[in-house]
Amino acid sequence: MPWDRNQMAARAAEELEDGMYVNLGIGIPTLVANYVGDKDITLQSENGMLGMGPFPFEGEEDPDLINAGKQTITELSRTSYFDSSMSFGMIRGGKIAAAILGAMEVAENGDLANWMIPGKLVKGMGGAMDLVAGVGKVIVVMDHQNKHGESKVLKACTLPLTGTGVVNRIISNLGVLDVVEGGLKIVELADGVSEEEMRAATEATIV
Amino acid sequence: MKKVYGSAAEALEGVVFDGMLIAAGGFGLCGIPELLIDALVESGVKDLTVASNNAGVDGFGLGKLLETRQIRKMMSSYVGENAEFMRQYLSGELELEFNPQGTLAERMRAGGAGIPGFYTKTGVGTQIAEGKEVKQFRGEDYILEEGIFADLSIVKAWKADDTGNLVFRKTARNFNPPAAMCGKVCIVEVEEIVPRGSLDPDHIHLPGIYVHRIIQGEHEKRIEQRTVRKREAAQ
Repeated sequence: MPWDRNQMAARAAEELEDGMYVNLGIGIPTLVANYVGDKDITLQSENGMLGMGPFPFEGEEDPDLINAGKQTITELSRTSYFDSSMSFGMIRGGKIAAAILGAMEVAENGDLANWMIPGKLVKGMGGAMDLVAGVGKVIVVMDHQNKHGESKVLKACTLPLTGTGVVNRIISNLGVLDVVEGGLKIVELADGVSEEEMRAATEATIV
Repeated sequence: MKKVYGSAAEALEGVVFDGMLIAAGGFGLCGIPELLIDALVESGVKDLTVASNNAGVDGFGLGKLLETRQIRKMMSSYVGENAEFMRQYLSGELELEFNPQGTLAERMRAGGAGIPGFYTKTGVGTQIAEGKEVKQFRGEDYILEEGIFADLSIVKAWKADDTGNLVFRKTARNFNPPAAMCGKVCIVEVEEIVPRGSLDPDHIHLPGIYVHRIIQGEHEKRIEQRTVRKREAAQ
């Protein structure tokens, strides 16, 4: 059985080590926060916060306290606030150890496309280009194939890029792949997924 | 010099002109200068270029200035929450310059700090890099981005004293300090103007040197995505 959203998030959480400052993207990456367990992880929200807490209880929402997805959140005892230029200063400056992001396409050379589909509504890249260019490690969490059954793990991206050669690791519903010299390396297969299935679902070169 | 004005309309007197570049603080609807946006709508100023991370929503924030067609161009990183924006953009009425979020913040900060350009790795090899100078540092490519020098900054803070020293609250700080820094004139709206000496000088987020005019008023502070968790049932 391929992994479901929660299993992918749980697997992504295994990437996080004690003491890390981490930025989680919107979608499946947000679920990673549910699986960090006892590890001492500080979540960054790029609109200007370190130490992001859970959603508030009903009636305790604060319009001055939101995450990068514009959702109401809470603070923790470790929380600090800062402005957007300092926030992206710490991102660009390599202080954030890892970003876990969703993707539309990833290529075998680590190119990432996750911000626009030509001819469709363009909403903007937000902070994604800054994050992939700046953080220590970029981990993509996504379904291996799109809804038409086409591989999202490609020899070369077809969509406009968010960054070039930026992805380090892909965690998909089929398993875990690393971007290495010459292509992708299978690190792990989801329970019950064979190497053949992984190869068949992957357009990129597997070394 | 007197910095405190009686209303947003009064504070805008003598500083607005058609075709001007305005830098606005806020992220989504959090920490946006609602009162100054309303006053800009009333002023009738047009052909504005607005540097702001987002473009408000339909009927609130910068969405109001879009509805009245007073904005000609937006410089933003994410504009997905606004149907009127999309309609004007797709029909060619509105110009849009996408900036990566951190690049936009740094362009404002740089403008305010007298830095006309800086090199960044953000966007290298993407559409954003098209037409921009590429330079290598330590064997890696960087692109040149320019500082933003705005005619006017419109900013929201939590508290100010009458000299313009500002304190922001939680994530409502966001783009407000860099937006404030990059304008020739900076107008700030706050929830409370407090007596001089009541703010701890060690806890000022933006010193009053950046602030020229201050108004106090009531803020709606609309929430864009209200998300809550359930309380555990009492055992």
